[in-house]
Amino acid sequence: MNIFYILLIFMIIAAIIAIETKNLLSAVICISALGFGSSLTFLFLRAPDISITQIVVDVLALVILIRATISRDLTFISGDKEFFGTVVSVVIIFVIFVMGMKVFETLPDFGTAIFTQVPEAASQTYIKNGLKDTGAANVVTSVILDYRAYDTLGEATVFFTSIIGATVLLREKARKLPEEPEL
Amino acid sequence: MKGMTIIVKTISSWVKVLIVLFGIYVILFGHLTPGGGFAGGVFLASSYVLLMLAFGREFVQENLPLTVNIKLFCIGALLFATIAFLGFLFREPFFFNFLHQKYDFGEAFNLISAGTIPLSNIAIGLMVGAALFLVIFLLSSFRRGT
Repeated sequence: MNIFYILLIFMIIAAIIAIETKNLLSAVICISALGFGSSLTFLFLRAPDISITQIVVDVLALVILIRATISRDLTFISGDKEFFGTVVSVVIIFVIFVMGMKVFETLPDFGTAIFTQVPEAASQTYIKNGLKDTGAANVVTSVILDYRAYDTLGEATVFFTSIIGATVLLREKARKLPEEPEL
Repeated sequence: MKGMTIIVKTISSWVKVLIVLFGIYVILFGHLTPGGGFAGGVFLASSYVLLMLAFGREFVQENLPLTVNIKLFCIGALLFATIAFLGFLFREPFFFNFLHQKYDFGEAFNLISAGTIPLSNIAIGLMVGAALFLVIFLLSSFRRGT
């Protein structure tokens, strides 16, 4: 059995447990297991850059979520699910699954890169000329910071804006209740 | 004393140096080995999160005040934008890798190579590290009822 299928089944089981469990701490740990599984998958797919980022962000999120979870009184989810909503979501998931199976038949096998089958793909240019054009030995870095640096700039802008927004909402002054206006 | 027990404090005070060093390594060698600005920045942020969990918020607040943290974050973002705009100085497109294309100093596979790419990595690492720690620090100060 291929290693990818073992990892995929592990990740799917972790995701289902994370949704279905009533204990919030178990859900956090299952999400973390899902992250580690996807990190291992990236590693086996020969993408160490994204694998390092995934595992580091996952560890940080795990620490923060566990700290946020165990310091609250409400660690159990209660309440029943609505019947109508469950039926609608199951039907939508089934339709997307059937359409996705059609799409997946046209894709190459899992774990084989698509640019090996298309000789004139854009990635071939990056692999051939990346070292000469940018001087960076790491092709991924030469793509994200030289060929496709606009993407990184947009990403940095989104990151900057979201952090500024979070800082504005969480600052000391915003936490206090507004004083009653004198009438 | 605030924070955790003496065992956690001792071990985290040893480990924090290694985490910071590895983060700096990942940022500086981002153009040679896997990694880069984002991953290294998260390493730097996680070292401060470790200190915050082990020693308490006040210790970190003394070491890295909130105003300094916000300044580091903004300096990182500004540095990245400045590197992008510097391409205009040479009448070339935005994000032109002028250090490699015009001057071509440093050899490939060495630390000093690849023109503006290491500088961009440093800027992104500074921004991401400061920003993530800033948000986590602000979130951790939330208490129920305040």
